Amino acid sequence: MKRTPAANRGDNLTPVAGNGLLDRRSFLRGGAAIAATMGYTLVNNAAAEPLADDPWSLTPGAVTKPYEQRSRYEEKVARTLTNPKGETRVQNARTPLHRLNGVITPAGQHFVVAQSGAPDIDPAKHRIVIHGLVKRPLVFTLDALARYPMVTRTHFLECGGNSAPLFSPTPMQANLQALHGLVSCAEWTGVLLSTLLEETGIDPKAKWLIAEGADAPTLTRSVPLKKGLDDAMIALYQNGERLMPANGYPARLLLPGWEGNMNIKWLRRIKLTDAPAMTFPETKTYTQLLPDGKALQFYFIEEVKSFITQPSPDLKMSGPGFYEISGLAFSGDGKIAKVMVSADGGKSWAQAALQEPVLDKSFTRFRLPWRWDGGPAILQSRAWDDKGNVQPTRAEFVAKRGELKAPLSLVAFPNQHFNAITSWGITADGEVKHVYA
Amino acid sequence: MFTRKSIGVALLVVLSAGFAQAAGPGLGQPIATSDIAAWDTSIMPDGSGLPAGRGTAAQGAQIFAGKCVACHGENGVGGSASALTAKGPITSINGGEKTIGNFWPYASTLFDFIRRAMPWQQPKSLTNDEVYALTAYLLALNKVIDDNTALDAATLAKIKMPNRDGFIIRFPDRI
Repeated sequence: MKRTPAANRGDNLTPVAGNGLLDRRSFLRGGAAIAATMGYTLVNNAAAEPLADDPWSLTPGAVTKPYEQRSRYEEKVARTLTNPKGETRVQNARTPLHRLNGVITPAGQHFVVAQSGAPDIDPAKHRIVIHGLVKRPLVFTLDALARYPMVTRTHFLECGGNSAPLFSPTPMQANLQALHGLVSCAEWTGVLLSTLLEETGIDPKAKWLIAEGADAPTLTRSVPLKKGLDDAMIALYQNGERLMPANGYPARLLLPGWEGNMNIKWLRRIKLTDAPAMTFPETKTYTQLLPDGKALQFYFIEEVKSFITQPSPDLKMSGPGFYEISGLAFSGDGKIAKVMVSADGGKSWAQAALQEPVLDKSFTRFRLPWRWDGGPAILQSRAWDDKGNVQPTRAEFVAKRGELKAPLSLVAFPNQHFNAITSWGITADGEVKHVYA
Repeated sequence: MFTRKSIGVALLVVLSAGFAQAAGPGLGQPIATSDIAAWDTSIMPDGSGLPAGRGTAAQGAQIFAGKCVACHGENGVGGSASALTAKGPITSINGGEKTIGNFWPYASTLFDFIRRAMPWQQPKSLTNDEVYALTAYLLALNKVIDDNTALDAATLAKIKMPNRDGFIIRFPDRI
């Protein structure tokens, strides 16, 4: 939808922070009434063309299909791939977050990191075994799991390597999808792992579980049993449908808020142990170098983070006037408590409205009305969660975690778990660029 | 004839037995540990789980030349896949590639990962002897062991990797 320039529209609304940020309640119920009583200034736009029936209003439409497809006008809204030919290396698909809205990522747009492609699993033959330090090792078929009590929960899932381009010493020029596209959010339905562990029983010596996929490299990760008993789920459904193959069909481990790679797809085995297995992904791939050459390990939590989705690079501004700044905030440690937005590079801040319901370890959509005066602006968002965690500024983050000497490729993973503030610079001609501020 | 009290006790017994069985749907099928063996290939960092078998670096070099060099390159460098050796230790965030000798904290990981995931196009096709041989070859290439050390469950478990103490647990309170 083309935004109508309306330079005067917000004139009766008082800015609450620099560069034209308006009160978050301006257009909410109640706020709208205030705006109405204050009265809008009439907009000076060119008159619209006379209305006439379009061709699609003069003939019957398309036949309804068994499985609906998007409008052909939306086909370009798609994930970007790093390995479309399936060469012998990891395959990444990044979510077009800047062209979506709300908080649910459609299953076909959900990000994917697949080490060795998606296996073609026959659900009738798939088995999940739970063994190790349990009282009774048990095997579950999908038919059996379908009879267990299920839960439905909305959770984001983020690759530990998401946002890696921001370790570059200079802002890499790319859109939101390229910079932060390895995070998505879905409604997951499945059986809590704790429900199944009640039946196997747990040996008191058990402290960890090793989860294994049925893919070619049978990828394995060690997970503290505490998390397994807290909110871990064997997810069977994604947004109401069975999981997508690349997201783990027919069953995946879901560890809400924790590093994507640990959420083992194509789950076939859970072994309770007294120690971590120190597998390849948890000792090499998903360890994070520090400035002194030591490395962080078991960086379980995807920490509190936010970014503005609209406007953002590739979404050119269409003239001065009213815009709604919109973005996503999430924390792997709880619920989003607050999001602040700046339009002047962090000099002043206004509190954004949070879309209800605000859910635990889920995307939270934030919004804030903005009257752009057509001059340069730097947009930022900063999130807080209900555990007191605060999204760091880039300077704070770099002071602890360091940055690279030189930029790498946009699809490289020089480091992981970047969660600092992202800045979008708006130029006077309406371009939106990635900047550091 | 039952007294009211004895009926009460009998009911309690029946009820508690019923609760014990009704804890969950109870639809998991029991399985013997021996029947899980084909999947249970996890090797722990103390070496537990390592199978019988034995291999040397010389044997590993031959297998590497046949099955690994196409992706990993001669001597484990310069291929399309991750480098397997590095010149020196990692001393900064710009430290370059994490490789076996300068980064991996446990030798058990090498055996575990090769056996389950390599060669990339035919994972799980190597014998245990071949996995021991490739592990020996890669550890010798990284100067972690000498060329003549044969690896088996006992010798592999004793290896201490150079970067064993190079890690900081990020969230110890969640363990």
